[in-house]
Amino acid sequence: MSGIVIKNLNVWFDGAEERVNAVKNTNLKIVQGESFGLVGESGSGKSTILRALTGLIPTWSGEMNVTGERLGRHRTRQFYKKVQMVFQDPYAALHPRHSVDQLLSETLRLHGFSNVDRRIEKLLDNVGLGPTFRFRYPHQLSGGQRQRVAIARALAPEPEILLLDEPTSALDVSVQAEILNLLDDLRRAHKLTYLMVSHDLAVVGHMCKRIAVMQMGEIVEIMTIEQMRDLNPQHPYSRHLLESSLGYKRQKEQVPQKP
Amino acid sequence: MTWLEVDNLWVKFPTRNGIFEAVRGISFSLGEERLGIVGESGAGKSMTGRAILQLIRKPGQVSANHISLDGDDLLKMSKQEIRKIRGQRISMVMQDPKFSLNPVMTVGEQMMESYMLLGKKSRSEVRNKVVEALEAVAIRDPSRVFNAYPHELSGGMGQRVMIAMMLIPDPDILIADEPTSALDVSVQMQVLGILDKLVQERGMGLIFISHDLSLVSSFCDRVLIMYAGRIVEVCVADKLHEATHPYTRGLLKSLPRLDTPQERLAVLTRDPEWARAESVSGVK
Repeated sequence: MSGIVIKNLNVWFDGAEERVNAVKNTNLKIVQGESFGLVGESGSGKSTILRALTGLIPTWSGEMNVTGERLGRHRTRQFYKKVQMVFQDPYAALHPRHSVDQLLSETLRLHGFSNVDRRIEKLLDNVGLGPTFRFRYPHQLSGGQRQRVAIARALAPEPEILLLDEPTSALDVSVQAEILNLLDDLRRAHKLTYLMVSHDLAVVGHMCKRIAVMQMGEIVEIMTIEQMRDLNPQHPYSRHLLESSLGYKRQKEQVPQKP
Repeated sequence: MTWLEVDNLWVKFPTRNGIFEAVRGISFSLGEERLGIVGESGAGKSMTGRAILQLIRKPGQVSANHISLDGDDLLKMSKQEIRKIRGQRISMVMQDPKFSLNPVMTVGEQMMESYMLLGKKSRSEVRNKVVEALEAVAIRDPSRVFNAYPHELSGGMGQRVMIAMMLIPDPDILIADEPTSALDVSVQMQVLGILDKLVQERGMGLIFISHDLSLVSSFCDRVLIMYAGRIVEVCVADKLHEATHPYTRGLLKSLPRLDTPQERLAVLTRDPEWARAESVSGVK
């Protein structure tokens, strides 16, 4: 069964002078239970796809299906029960004046769950935080702990699909390892589908089975992780991206420019 | 030759709960080389960079046996003398161009301003020099960028403008604090290429502060690894993977790698002993 199917998706932003086409004619198919990565430089449209999916951008055309259901202009509560998003910056994503308990119980109540108390304890346990964290405020947590809370909140409605927008780029490498391991465990335990955006190919390579490379609003190549590890992408831009992420090379002709 | 020598540097901040020591007695030297300083947030890397230029604000305190530039102790200098050093013999590039450029001045105006400080020259002379500097950092359309405001530039361009601005006075030392972490990988390589060229052509000393281990090991000559305000290990950069300190090893192992897939990433367990151990000397 298919998790996310996107056909001919166009997303644009109307500026004062001209229209910016952020995503152009994109097709994507992500199977349920798969972990799929979107990579590319900033401004290539990877986050825009996630935001269009969750209904944060109204100006789009084409077709988007999530677990067989075709998406319209507005997202229903049922949609948010199935699809949740984790944002890049855990410092900005949590309300500074709500305690962890308030953050989680609000989401749970919105989705009509009973026995909120027990669920909060279970959610905190799921993301590796003890019950002592329940009445803390975000400023009393480290970056990694905040991201764990953000993940717990995303898990609260028991979704099938998690959209991950650079979930570890604001974190130190040792904390990044913990969060990536946690996401891996959760995916297995809850049979989740991941659509993950990152500019770090090593992170995507660790988490995902297939990746799509984006450049200037278009998907230029979809490849498997094995293809990427063999350093064998077909498109010149993917090759360039891959080479850049292998580290700095001295005295070599740098950077082919965009076509 | 050695440009800079730092001996037993401490940076302290008094807080309500006693004195917080951000940097705890580190010593290192810098020659004509690319010296990397790596560590996690809070390790004291940026504080080290700022302390050298005395950019630590009160109530923060900087103390050291000496911080000498070519034999002159920066700590013994008056404010006026430090101002002559800052930006002219030692420059600093900060992490985010958004917060370091003046948003209500055009790029050209602010670059010219910093250049005029160096001495009396005619405006047209200065203008040419600025356009030249923009060309030196691979900006393709320097006259457009000259008249642009910072918000009209992309992150990579902004970062290059800052580098160009810092290089006009032809400094002996450049301190780059995470100069590329806000940039995309491809732009990152371009900016590194520019820095690299400048070190080689001008014989400059570069202090490269970063949290990215693989980047530092491929770009720098020597690396200081900082933990809890101390230097725990000093490595030759391309031998970083042979590092022996458990903290460095832990950091390296926690990185996902492109070439070798792992089932699970190793998680770093911290030993309180690391923070207590004496600082390793980074003097060459």
